[in-house]
Amino acid sequence: MTDPDKLQQLINAASRGKRPHFFEDHDVDRLLAIVWAMAAELAVTRERLDTVERLLAEREVFDRGAIETYRPDASAAKERGQWQIDYISRLLRVLQQDIDAMK
Amino acid sequence: MKPATQLEPAPAWSEAGQHAMSAQASHDDTARFNFLANFNKYMANVVVAGNHIAFEHRAGPRWEQSHGRWPADRREIRAAMSEDPYYRMWSALRRTGMEMRQQAGRSLVLPQAGALRDRAAALNSGRDTLQLQPTPVPRYQSEVDNHCMPGGYFAEYFDGDVSAAANYDAGMFATTTGLFGQFLDGAGRGTANWVQAVRPDWQPKRILDVGCGLGHNTLPLAKAFPDAQIYALDTAAPMLRFGHARAVGFGIQNIIFQQSNVETLPFADGFFDLIYSTMFLHETSHSALRNVLREVRRALADDGLHLHLEQPPYHNMPIFEQFLRDWDCQHNNEPFWSALHDTHLPSLLAELGFSQDEIFETEIHALVEEVMPKVGQEVEDYGRGGKWYACGSGRINDRWSP
Repeated sequence: MTDPDKLQQLINAASRGKRPHFFEDHDVDRLLAIVWAMAAELAVTRERLDTVERLLAEREVFDRGAIETYRPDASAAKERGQWQIDYISRLLRVLQQDIDAMK
Repeated sequence: MKPATQLEPAPAWSEAGQHAMSAQASHDDTARFNFLANFNKYMANVVVAGNHIAFEHRAGPRWEQSHGRWPADRREIRAAMSEDPYYRMWSALRRTGMEMRQQAGRSLVLPQAGALRDRAAALNSGRDTLQLQPTPVPRYQSEVDNHCMPGGYFAEYFDGDVSAAANYDAGMFATTTGLFGQFLDGAGRGTANWVQAVRPDWQPKRILDVGCGLGHNTLPLAKAFPDAQIYALDTAAPMLRFGHARAVGFGIQNIIFQQSNVETLPFADGFFDLIYSTMFLHETSHSALRNVLREVRRALADDGLHLHLEQPPYHNMPIFEQFLRDWDCQHNNEPFWSALHDTHLPSLLAELGFSQDEIFETEIHALVEEVMPKVGQEVEDYGRGGKWYACGSGRINDRWSP
C-alpha cells in the first residue's frame, strides 16, 4: 500500500464483470470515458480556483470583481497568448503528425 | 422534467455527516464528489427523459417497421433502444459515471487505508460486539463486483483493511444526491418509523438486520429501540469492522455485528421479534433468496414481524419503466436485479409458509434531515431514489399509509 505505482493501479482498478459497450466502435466508449474524466477534473480545478478567489476576497487581498475587470498589459497578454498557442499545439499533436506524413 | 436552470444543485459533499470513521478528504476529493453528485442530478432530471422521446419517435417506430408490431416487453424495448444513439450516449455516460464514482472513492480512501485500519482497530479493541469468523464469499458475490465496486464488499489489501467500507460510505452521498440523508440512514429511519406506526407501543426485544453492510440502516433501529438487542449480520468482514467502529463512535452499544452467511442463521427457532433487510435481497441469488426467507421464517417469533426493502417490483409496472429500471442489471453489475424484481414476493412468502393473511406490501420513504432533499420533491433517478417497496409479513395496523 506504500508503493505509489501499486497504489495508483489499485485506485484505477476495474470491477469484476464484463464492461458493457454501447457504441458499435468500442473505442467511442473508451474515448467518452476519457473525455468525461477530463470534464470532472476541469470541474475540480474550477472549484479549487473558486476557493482561492473566495479566500483571497475574504482576506481582502482583492475584490473578486477585480478579476472580471483585470486587463493584462501588453507583455502579459503576449505571454498568455503564447501559452494558449503552445497548449493548442500540444493538444492537436496528431494533426501535425498527419500533415508531416502527407508532405 | 425541470429546465436545467431551475435545478436545485445536489447538496455539497461537505454536508455529508461526519463520524468517527469518516475518511479525511482533500479539496479535490470533495470537488470530485460534488461534480459526480451534480452530474447524477442532471442525468436524472434532464438527460434520462430523452430516452422516452427517443423510444416513442425513433427506436419504437424503427422496431415496428422491421417486426410489424410495437415492442411488447422490456427485453424488446432494450433490443430496440440498444440501436438508438441517444440511449447509447446516456448509457455510456451513466456507466462511466458509476466507474468514476468508484475511482474517486478509491483515490480518497486507499492512500489513508492504513490510518483507517488503525482507527477502526482502536475503536473495536476489547469489545465483544464485533464477532468475525472466516466465512466463504458466496458465489453470487464473487462472480462480479456489485455496482462496479472493484473488489466488492470483501476486498482486503492487508489484515484488518476497512477501505472497501470507507469507499462505500464516502461515495454513497454523491450517488444518492443526499436523498438517503447525511448519515445515509434514511431507509433505516423510515423502517423504524414504519414499525412504530404499524405497531404502536411495541417493544421488540431482539432485532435482526439481514445483510447489514456497514450498518447505515442498522443504527436507526438501535436508536428507536434502545432496550432491544440488535444483531447485524453480513458476510463481509471489512464492512463489519468499519460499521462496528462507526457505531462505537456514535456511542451505540446495543448492536452485535456478526460475520455470517444469512442463508443459515445461527439462532434458535423463534429468536427474533423483528427481522428486516434494506436493499439486500437483490444482491443474493435465486436459491439464496429462498434460503434466507426460509431462515427468516424459522428464526422469527410467533408474533414477529419482518419486512424487506427493495426497489419496486416489475409486476404491473409500465414496460418502459421496467426497461429503464432494469438498466442496472445489464450495465451496473447487478446480476440478480431482474430476477428479484420479476419475483412476486408476496406469493413467494406464501409458498414458503408465511401466514397468507399476514403478508403485506407497503412503501417506505427515506426519513432525512431538514436540510437534505426529500423524496417526492425530487425526480427519481431509477434505482437510486430514497423510496422503497417493502414486502413482509406479520400482524400490522392496516391504517398505515406512507
